[in-house]
Amino acid sequence: MGLTRGDPVIAVRDLCLNAGDFSLRHINLDIPEGAYGVLMGSTGCGKTTLIECIAGLSMPSSGHILLGGREVTTISPSHRGIGYVPQDGALFPSLTVSQQLGFALEIRRTPRARITEKVEALADTLRLSHLLHRLPDKLSGGEKQRVALGRALAFDPQYLLLDEPLAALDEQTREEMILLLKKVQRSTGVTALHVTHHPLEAARLGDILYRWSHGSVELTTEKGLS
Amino acid sequence: MPPAREIPSTAADKLFIFALAAIGGVYVTLIAGMLLADGAYVLEASSRVPGGWLEKITANPVLQSLGKPEIQHAIWLTLFSCTAAAVLSLVVAVPSAYILTRTRFPLRRWVDAALDIPVVLPPLVVGLSLLILFQFPPFSTEFGNLFPFLPDSCHGSSLGRLVVYQVPAVILAQFAVAGAFASRIMKTSFDQISPRCEQVALTLGCSRLQAFVRVVLPEARRGMMTAFTMAWARSLGEFGPLLIFAGATRNKTEVLSTTVFLEMSIGNIEAAVAVSLLMVFAAAAVLVAARAWGSPGGIP
Repeated sequence: MGLTRGDPVIAVRDLCLNAGDFSLRHINLDIPEGAYGVLMGSTGCGKTTLIECIAGLSMPSSGHILLGGREVTTISPSHRGIGYVPQDGALFPSLTVSQQLGFALEIRRTPRARITEKVEALADTLRLSHLLHRLPDKLSGGEKQRVALGRALAFDPQYLLLDEPLAALDEQTREEMILLLKKVQRSTGVTALHVTHHPLEAARLGDILYRWSHGSVELTTEKGLS
Repeated sequence: MPPAREIPSTAADKLFIFALAAIGGVYVTLIAGMLLADGAYVLEASSRVPGGWLEKITANPVLQSLGKPEIQHAIWLTLFSCTAAAVLSLVVAVPSAYILTRTRFPLRRWVDAALDIPVVLPPLVVGLSLLILFQFPPFSTEFGNLFPFLPDSCHGSSLGRLVVYQVPAVILAQFAVAGAFASRIMKTSFDQISPRCEQVALTLGCSRLQAFVRVVLPEARRGMMTAFTMAWARSLGEFGPLLIFAGATRNKTEVLSTTVFLEMSIGNIEAAVAVSLLMVFAAAAVLVAARAWGSPGGIP
């Protein structure tokens, strides 16, 4: 089934940033509602910095970031409502898997019963039910990324940013994660932006594909978008 | 897992390692020698006591001196002041080290360097500087002028009079130096914690305070324990600033380090050695605790 192309939900307009040894110049990007956008580029080109700008973790020198038509360029990351999965997972070392999955809901003072229900549902979807009491240092690479994904999705964000989430995984785990990511994105309807340097990963996942080339971002493919 | 095998080495390599070990060994021997000499002094004093082993312990002049009321007072004041100074050090070290690690502001490098000043300053200068600071307002201003609503009996006093040459001066003098050590340890600890987890916490809806309390502090737990114990040990050994700022008044501002000085000055070497040994045991206990808390698997 093709996706309906509405107004861009994640939109980057003319974004510039100077970050010491490299800079982003006039970056433009649109991800329509419910689409899985993939931005492909080589290592060190600034993909992570762009993701950080959208998440609110880096401040651009100029340009605009819009989420659902709302200008968020100067808004704190905690008020953007973005689920963020960093490359290394960045799980909280002292929290168990269950506590990581319930973290965002606890911050939002969600009732305990609702948190337990959500954590169990996420654990079931992401095949983490047998790991709920483990600490991050006892998890494999694939398990860590599944926890990071679950933690980011727990508060039902409208937007999901994934920064090379499959980079450190072996082939088999990567394949499993690709299927899982696709399934989760379809079932939640979250609008995703996934950055990677892996062409196969990009082709498998992306509804809409951007390529980083010569310092600018170019739209290369739109699959099934009408 | 079997231990890693050593790299095959030539005679010159072995000579090099031996020379390094010999130089390092001299220093370790000096440390061990100092401690053993203290112990030998106590044993020698025991040998002069007639009677059985029980008498040799109970009637040992060195150990008996620990029972003197003024030394008992010094022991309790030391335990209290070192703990208070270590708590204050941690209270100051955690926020200052965090700000220096995670934020950028003008003069940041200067502030960072300023935290090292108490470490590099001669201890007497720290004490003298504290003493002079308390000669200035608001410390020297009488409470009657600061807070007219206070009862008349309080009007003649001032913060300076309540602190200088009193117990608070002991704690403040110890804290002035120990705080710098604790800040340095906490800065190293925060430097080793990746900011990435904190950033993720922000995207999950945390304020900076929530991210700090829920994510950073649990990770900095070991560093905080090490900072506390090292601040405690540093306070235990503090002497110069105390002498100037708190004085060495028996049964009032005397702590164990001043006891050693006071007993030596009246020629009572037995009591000085006894107190020194007590401090050696306290410092050793603190070092073991710091090592145990500082390493993930316990004592290395």
